[in-house]
Amino acid sequence: MDAAIPSGITMGSSTFEQAARAILARQHVRAAGPSDAVAGVQPQLVVEPGSEQELAKVLKLANEAGLAVIPRGGGTKLAWGNPPNRADLIQSTARLNRVLEHPWADMTVTVEAGCTIQTLQETLAQHGQRLALDPLWPSRATVGGVLSTNDSGVLRLRFGALRDLIIGVTLALPDGTLASSGGKVVKNVAGYDLPKLATGAFGTLGMITRAVFRLHPVPRNSRTFTILARDVDETQKLILAIQDSKLAHTAMQARFSADAPPQIDILFEGTKAGLAAQQIQVTMLAAQATLREVAPDVWNARQETCSLSKAHASDGSVVATVIAKLCIMPASMAATLQCVARVANAPRLCWKAVMQATGIGCLRLAGTPEALPTALKSLRDHLEHAGGSLTMLEQVSLPAPFDAWGGIGDALPLMRAVKRQLDPKTTLNPGRFVGGI
Amino acid sequence: MGQASLQGKFGSTRSVRERQTVDARIFQELRAIVGERGLITSPEELHTYECDGLTAFRVMPRGVLLPKSTEEVQGIVRVCHRERIPFVARGSGTGLSGGALPVHDGIIISLARMNRVLEVDLPNARVVVEPGVINLDVTGQVMAQEYFYAPDPSSQSVCSIGGNVAENAGGAHCLKYGFTTTHVLGLEVVLPDGTLVHLGGKVLDQPGYDLAGVFVGSEGTLGIATKVILRVVKRPECIHTLLAAFPSTNEAGAAVSDIIAAGMLPAAIEMMDNLAIQAAEAAVHANYPNCGGLLLVELDGPNAEVQALMTQVDEICRNNGAWEIRVAQSDSERALFWKGRKAAFASVGRISPNYIVQDGVIPRTALPQLLGEIERLGKESGLRVANVFHAGDGNLHPLVLYDRKIAGQEQAALALSYHILELCIEAGGSITGEHGVGEEKKMIMSKMFAEPDLETMQRVRCAFDPLQLSNPTKVFPRTRLCGEKPGEYLAHPLETAGIAERF
Repeated sequence: MDAAIPSGITMGSSTFEQAARAILARQHVRAAGPSDAVAGVQPQLVVEPGSEQELAKVLKLANEAGLAVIPRGGGTKLAWGNPPNRADLIQSTARLNRVLEHPWADMTVTVEAGCTIQTLQETLAQHGQRLALDPLWPSRATVGGVLSTNDSGVLRLRFGALRDLIIGVTLALPDGTLASSGGKVVKNVAGYDLPKLATGAFGTLGMITRAVFRLHPVPRNSRTFTILARDVDETQKLILAIQDSKLAHTAMQARFSADAPPQIDILFEGTKAGLAAQQIQVTMLAAQATLREVAPDVWNARQETCSLSKAHASDGSVVATVIAKLCIMPASMAATLQCVARVANAPRLCWKAVMQATGIGCLRLAGTPEALPTALKSLRDHLEHAGGSLTMLEQVSLPAPFDAWGGIGDALPLMRAVKRQLDPKTTLNPGRFVGGI
Repeated sequence: MGQASLQGKFGSTRSVRERQTVDARIFQELRAIVGERGLITSPEELHTYECDGLTAFRVMPRGVLLPKSTEEVQGIVRVCHRERIPFVARGSGTGLSGGALPVHDGIIISLARMNRVLEVDLPNARVVVEPGVINLDVTGQVMAQEYFYAPDPSSQSVCSIGGNVAENAGGAHCLKYGFTTTHVLGLEVVLPDGTLVHLGGKVLDQPGYDLAGVFVGSEGTLGIATKVILRVVKRPECIHTLLAAFPSTNEAGAAVSDIIAAGMLPAAIEMMDNLAIQAAEAAVHANYPNCGGLLLVELDGPNAEVQALMTQVDEICRNNGAWEIRVAQSDSERALFWKGRKAAFASVGRISPNYIVQDGVIPRTALPQLLGEIERLGKESGLRVANVFHAGDGNLHPLVLYDRKIAGQEQAALALSYHILELCIEAGGSITGEHGVGEEKKMIMSKMFAEPDLETMQRVRCAFDPLQLSNPTKVFPRTRLCGEKPGEYLAHPLETAGIAERF
C-alpha cells in the first residue's frame, strides 16, 4: 500500500478514495454530505477507521496526497476556532469508542478517542469513580474532541483542567507515526509531556487516538447553594472572600445577565458532617446577601449559555448570536462584567455570562450582525490589556468571520516551529488555530 | 561507570569535530556581560559545579556564569548560540539524575543570583519569582496570610524553583495537590538562540499550544526559565497525620488500597519498610515504632470532614493488622512524624557506607508483587534494599545499600537498581516519578518508550533548540540531529563509526 503512493505526488480525492478503500472496508469510506460541512467549508469524504493503526494509515495517505484532514469526534464543537482554509477529508473517531482498561484500584483509565464522555463516566461509575471533569454536551462529546478543544467545566476549580487529569496520550502524526507519551501511572516525569501539548491543540499537531486519565472518587454527598448578590461588585467581593476562606468547595460560578442581579452558585462535596459544617461557614460568609440551598440544575448554566439557539429580538426578527470564552484574572470579574455591560449597552445587545471562580467563563451576545464585531473587539481589547483573552466558540451567524483567537504574543513563532516539526505539510485542520496554524 | 565513560568519549569527539573551544576571546565577551564576579573559571572553584546530587557522574565545565538578570542570560545564550557552545542551566544542584551535570566543552549557567520574588498577588493566588528563589521561600512569602506553595520535594529548603520547573518536582503531597506542572501557570523563557518568549501566563488558558506544559519537566533541554508564575494555595482548616505500624509492608499496602477504595483522597500516604525505619531512627530519632511496615497518612480540609475521615482511616488500618496507631494533632507532633520520612534518604548513610537512591513508579496495586521481587533480587546479589514510597501514587524509592570498598559491590548495586526500574516498566509503570531522566536514566528511556515515541519528543525538542545547545546529551538515549528526516531512523554518524552505541 505504502509503496504504491510515492510521497510528494499529489493525487485527487477520487484516487485517494480508492487507496483508502484498500485500508478500510467499503462502508467506512463515504462521500461527505452538507451536514459534514465544517464552519461552512464542504469536505469531499468521510472515513471512519476501526483501529488506531487504520487511522494512522489513512492520515499518512491523505498527507502524502496533499489533502486537508479534519479530525471529528462527536462534532459538537466543530464551529469553534477559525474556519479551516481547506477541508478535504473528515476522519471520524466514531468507531474508536472503547474504554480499553479501567484498573479501578489504580484509579486510572485508558480510553479510545471516540468514546463519549457519558459512556466513559458510566463505565467509571460502576466502581464509584469519575473523570473529574464536566465538559459540554457529555452524551455526544468525545474524549478526543474534549481534549483537543481543552473544554472544562465547573469542576476545574477543585480538580484542575484536562492538562491536570491526562497522564498519557497516543497521537497519530500526519506521516503515519503512532507515538505515545506519558504512561499509565499518575506520577511520571520520563520524557516530554506531550499529553499537555496535544490538549487544546485543536487537532493541529496530530490526531489523538487514545488517552489515559487519572480518576477521582464519585463524591459521597454533594450540596449546592446559591447566593443572590446585589451587583457585580458585591459578587466579586463574595467570590474573593470565599476563595480566601478555608472552605473546601468543589465549584463556584457566578451567573450574570443584562436584566437580573448576579447569582453565585457554590458546590460542596464530602461527608455529611463535613457538608453541614461548611454550610454554617458559607452562610456566615454570605452574611449580608441571601443564601439558599438549591437543586444541582444550576450547574447546567454553562451548557445553556454555550448552546446556540435562534434568538429573537422583541419585534420578532431573528438576530445574530455569538458565544465567546472569556479568560480573566479571578479578581477582575467585576471590571470584566462592567465592560461587558458597557459594550452591550449602546447597540442594545442581549447578553448573559457564566464566570467560574478560576477566571474562565463564557459569554453569549445577541444583536444585529453589524454591532457584534465592534462589541467583541472592544471587549477583547479590554481583556487582552489585562493579560486575559477572548476566544470565539460560536459565530456562524456573523456575516464575516471574526478572528477566533486574538493576540498571541511572542511565542507564536515557537508554536509555528512545533507545528512544522509535527505537521510540516499543514495537513491537519489547516488555518483553524492561532496565527493561521 | 560504563555510561559515564561512554558519555565522555561522545562529548569530546563532538567537540573536536563540531564545536569551537571556549577560548579567551569568548570568556572576555562573557565577562563583559556578567561582570568580573559573575564568571568562574578557576579549576578549584569549578569543582563545586562538576556534579549535582548524583555524584557518580562528574564532568568539569569550562566555566560557570552567574547572571543577575534575564538580559544577562540572553546575552550569554546569544554568545553560546553564535559560537555553538553547549550550556547547562543550574539551580541549587540538588537534582538526583544528573540533569545539571555539565557537558563536555560546555558552560554552566547558574541562576542562583536571580533570586528575587517579583510579585505576590494573593487575591488571584499568584506569586511571580525568578528561578533562583528557594522552594520553601515561596511559602515564606505568603505564610502570614495562610497560603502555601504546594509542591514539596524533600529538598525544599534548598532546591530552587528553576530546578523544580526543569524536573517537574513532586513531593509527598502531590497525591492531592499535584506536581510542579500543576502550579506553574506561566514562564518567561530564554530560548537556546537567545530569543525571549512568554509561555502561559497569569490568566489560565492562554490561546495557543500549552508550551508551558511542555517546558516544565523538560530537564533544561528546551531553554532557560528566567521568570516563573506560580499558583499558591490556601492552607486547609486542619491537617491531621496518622502513623500506623504494621507487621509488614503487605498489610500496610492492603490498608492503602482500602483507603483509596473507600473514596478518600488523602493529602499524602507514605510508606517505609523496616530497614528505612531503622535508618531514620538512627539518624533523627523520629521515635517510630520498630515495625515491618510503617504508614503515614495525612488528611487535610475542613475540621468536621477530616475528623469523619480520620475515624475511617483508623478503622481501615486496624482491620489490616496495624498494632499501633498515633495521630498527630499539633504542628510539632506532625513535624516529628515527617522528620523521619523527609530525612530517609540521608539517614541511610547511617547504616551503610554507600547507597543508591532509585526512583521508579508502578501502578499502586503492583506494589506487593514488586516488593517481593526486590527482596528476592536483593538476596540474590547479597545486598540490602531499604524502601521508601509515596504509596498513594505508586512512586517508590528503593535505596540500594553497598560498600564501595568491597570489590564488585558498586557494580552489583547499580545493576540491581537498574533491574528494579525494568521491573517497574514491566509492571506498566515509569522509570522516574520525580527525579528526572537526566544523565542517569537516558539509556533506559528506550526500554520505556518505543523509537517513534522518542522520535516525536525529539521533534518537539528540535522546534525549541535546532542546534541542540541546551543541556544536550541528556534525557534521550541518543542525540538526534534536527536536520535528519523525521519519521525514519537514521544511524548517528558516531554510531556508524562505532564510537557511540544506542541502547
